[in-house]
Amino acid sequence: MDFRLNEEQQMLQDTVARLVRGEYSFEKRLEFSASELGFSAGFWQQLSELGLTAVPFAEELGGFGGGGVEVQSVMTELGRGLCLEPYLQSVILGGGLLSQAGNASQHEAWLGGVASGELKVAVALQEPQSYYDLNDVATRAEKSADGYLLNGRKAVVIGGHCADLIIVSARTSGDSRDAAGISLFAVNPDSAGVERRNYPTIDGFKGCDITLNNVQVSADALLGSEGDAAAVIEYQTGRAIAALCAEAVGVMEVACELTLDYLKQRKQFGVPIGKFQVLQHRMVDMMSELEQARSMAILAASVADGEQSDERRQILAAAKNVIGRAGQFISEAGIQSHGGIGMTWEYNFAHYAKRLVMINHQLGDDDFHLAHYASRLQAS
Amino acid sequence: MNMNYTAEELAFRDEVRAFLDEKLPADIAAKVKGFRRLSKEDHQRWQKILSAQGWYAPHWPEEHGGVKWTPVQKHIWDEESSRYGAPKSIPFGVSMVAPVIIRFGSEAQKQQYLPRILNGEDWWCQGYSEPGAGSDLASLKTRAVRDGDHYIVNGQKTWTTLGQHANMIFCLVRTNTEVKPQEGISFLLIDMNTPGITVRPIITLDGEHEVNEVFFEDVKVPVENLVGEEDKGWTYAKYLLTYERTGLAGIGMSKAALSHLKQLAARCIKNGRPLIEDAVFSQRIAKVEIDLMAAGISNLRIIASVEGGGVPGAESSMLKVRGTEIRQAINDLARRAIGPYAIPFVEEELKLDYDGEFLSDKDAAPLSALYFNNRKLSIFGGSNEIQKNIVSKMILGL
Ligand SMILES: Cc1cc2nc3c(=O)[nH]c(=O)nc-3n(C[C@H](O)[C@H](O)[C@H](O)COP(=O)(O)OP(=O)(O)OC[C@H]3O[C@@H](n4cnc5c(N)ncnc54)[C@H](O)[C@@H]3O)c2cc1C
Repeated sequence: MDFRLNEEQQMLQDTVARLVRGEYSFEKRLEFSASELGFSAGFWQQLSELGLTAVPFAEELGGFGGGGVEVQSVMTELGRGLCLEPYLQSVILGGGLLSQAGNASQHEAWLGGVASGELKVAVALQEPQSYYDLNDVATRAEKSADGYLLNGRKAVVIGGHCADLIIVSARTSGDSRDAAGISLFAVNPDSAGVERRNYPTIDGFKGCDITLNNVQVSADALLGSEGDAAAVIEYQTGRAIAALCAEAVGVMEVACELTLDYLKQRKQFGVPIGKFQVLQHRMVDMMSELEQARSMAILAASVADGEQSDERRQILAAAKNVIGRAGQFISEAGIQSHGGIGMTWEYNFAHYAKRLVMINHQLGDDDFHLAHYASRLQAS
Repeated sequence: MNMNYTAEELAFRDEVRAFLDEKLPADIAAKVKGFRRLSKEDHQRWQKILSAQGWYAPHWPEEHGGVKWTPVQKHIWDEESSRYGAPKSIPFGVSMVAPVIIRFGSEAQKQQYLPRILNGEDWWCQGYSEPGAGSDLASLKTRAVRDGDHYIVNGQKTWTTLGQHANMIFCLVRTNTEVKPQEGISFLLIDMNTPGITVRPIITLDGEHEVNEVFFEDVKVPVENLVGEEDKGWTYAKYLLTYERTGLAGIGMSKAALSHLKQLAARCIKNGRPLIEDAVFSQRIAKVEIDLMAAGISNLRIIASVEGGGVPGAESSMLKVRGTEIRQAINDLARRAIGPYAIPFVEEELKLDYDGEFLSDKDAAPLSALYFNNRKLSIFGGSNEIQKNIVSKMILGL
C-alpha cells in the first residue's frame, strides 16, 4: 500500500499550488469575488494554458485522462486558495455529464471547449422543492415538432450567471420523484424563455436560479437517451462529490494552519492562548477531523472514476458525510478559538469558515448522505 | 415546590400581553421575527413607546424611573416580549452604564445621564475591549492622564457594538501604571463628539456593520465624567458584568427562534413532505427543544432563588454557556432547513419593504448570515471558555 502521489501527480499538484500562491492572495480573491464575473478571468485563462482545465479529459482533447487522484490534486489546491473559478461545475460536472451522456457529435461540439476552458458549463439539477434529491424533478420537457419544450424552475446553479451552456435536468415522463423519466438537455442560456436571477453566495461565489418558460430546444439538445439520465446524474455527481471533498480538505488545511498560528501568536493573560488546555484539545480535535476528512477524500478519489456499484455509492456518501461534519466543526471551533477576530471580513479565516459550512450545502449535506448510507446498510 | 405563576403574576402577564397587542408596531415585530436588521430609528421608536409606558428601565430604582418588578415579573416580560417580536433593548445605556451610575455615580451624573437614557436622548456604547485586551480585560492600555480639570485619553477600543450610532461611550481606562493591572483602571464617561475620537467600522463575516474600532487621540474628558473613584473602575466593571451575564442566556429569544424554526420546517419540503415530518430533522428539532425546556427551568430556578433573596452567582455563567449553545443550535438548524438555499445571499430580501418575488422561502434570506453572525454569542460577554473557568473556580473550587 502506498498513499503517496506519484511523480506526475505531485508535479500537477505543485503546479496548481504555485499558481494559486502567485495569483490568489486573499485581497485579490475579495476583488475577484466582488467583480461582475465573480472570479478571475485571468486565472481561468492560466488554468487553461497550463492544461489544467483538461486534466480529466482524453489526450485528443489536450488532457491526459486524469482520474480521481489527479482531480483531487487540483481541487485541494484550489480549495487552499478558496478559488472561485467554475472548475467543479464546468470541468468536472459539466464535462462529466457531456462525456458520459453525449453522443459523438455533441462531444465534438462542446467537449473541446470545456477542456480548453473556453466554454463554461453550469449544471442545473436542483429545484426549489427538491432539497438535495436530484431525482425530485418537476421541470417538464415536452416533445414538440422540432425537439422539446422546457418549463420549470432550477435552483441554486453555481456559476450559472456566466455560463455559456447550461445542462438542465427535466422530466420527459414519470412522477415528480421517480428516477425513471429524467432527461438531460444542453440549453443555451440566451434562448428565449430562459430567465436567470443572479445572486452572490454567502461564501463569495456567484450563481442563479433559472426559470424556463416555454424554452424551445432542438432534438439534438437531448443528452443521452430520453428518460434515462438518473444513473448518469448519480454517477457524475459522485465524481463531483469526490472533487468537492478534495476541495474541502484544502480549505480545512488552511483553516487549521491559520488557527494553529493564531494560538501561538495571540497572547492573553501574559501567555500565548495556545497554552490554555481547552484550546489545545480543541486544536487537536480540529486536526483529527481534518485527518478523517483527508482519509475519506482519498478514498472517494479512488472510486470516483470506477464502475458504479453499491460500494462506490456508500464510499461517496460516507465521504460527503464526514466532510460535512468535519467542515462545520473546523469552522465553528476555529472561529471560537480565534475570538472576535475570527468573525471579521478583513481576516481570511472567516472566509474559509464560511466556505466549509457551505460545502455541506452542496451536493447533499451530512444528514442527506447519512440517510442514504443507512438505507443501504447490510446486516453482515 | 410550586412551579405555577401566582394569580398576580398571571394578571401581570395579561397586562403585558395587552400592552404588546396594542403598542408594539407591526413593522418592527415583523423585522424581529424575520431576523431582519433593525435601524437606529426602529430601536428609538420602540424605546419611546416603552418609556411612555414606564417600562423601559424596570430594573432601576423607582426614584429614577424604574418599576418594582419582581424577578418573576421581569422573566414574564422577557418571555412575552420575545414571543411577540419586540426588540431587545440595546443594553449599553439602560442595563449597563445606568446601574453603575446609580450605584457608584455622583448625584450630578445621575441627574444628567439617567433622564437622557430614559427619554432616548443618549445612545451609549461600551468601550471595554481593546486589540490586546479581550478575555484578559484587565490588561487594557488606553491611558487617561490627569491634566488639571481634565483627563487626556489616548488609545484604542475595539468591537464597539453599534458605536456608529452612539453619542456616548463608557470606557475602562488606565489611570495608574504603577500598581497591579486591576488596581489602576478607571471608569470614564466620554462624549463621542469630543475632538480626537475616530470611529471606524469593522465589517463582520456576514457583511454587516455592527462593530467598530474607536480611536482616542489626546481626547479631553472633564474630570467630573469619572465614575466613583479613580483606580476603582475594575470593581464597577465587575459589578456591571454580573448584570450583563444574566441576560445573556437569552431563553426568551431562543423560544422565539425555535418557534420560527418549526414554522419554517413546516413550510420547507423534503422528499415531497414537510421537512418537519422528516425523521432525522424532526429529531434534531426535538433535541434542541428538549434542551431548551431544561434550560428554561434552570433559568426559572435561578430567578426564584434571586427572588428568595439569593444572588445569581456563577450559576449564571453556566446558563450563559448553555443558553448560547442552544441559540446557536437553533440557528444551525434554520440554516440546514433551507437546504441548497442556504447558499445564495440575496441582500435585497433582507429589507422589510421588499416587494419582489422571494427566491425561496420568505424567511430564508437572513438565515445563513444569522448563523454566522451568532457565532458571536459564545465569544462576547465573556467567552464560553472564560465562563467555564469562572464556574470551575467559583463553584467547583478547582
Ligand atoms: C460581535 C461582537 C460584539 C462585541 N461587542 C463589544 C462591545 O460592545 N464592547 C466591548 O467592549 N467588547 C465587545 N466585544 C468584545 C468581546 O467581549 C471580546 O471579543 C471577548 O472578550 C473575547 O476577546 P477576544 O475577541 O480578544 O478573544 P481572546 O481573548 O483573544 O480569546 C481567543 C480565544 O482564547 C480563549 N481564551 C482566552 N483566555 C482564555 C483562558 N484563560 N482560558 C481558556 N481560554 C481562553 C477565548 O475563549 C477564545 O476562544 C464584542 C465582540 C464581538 C465578537
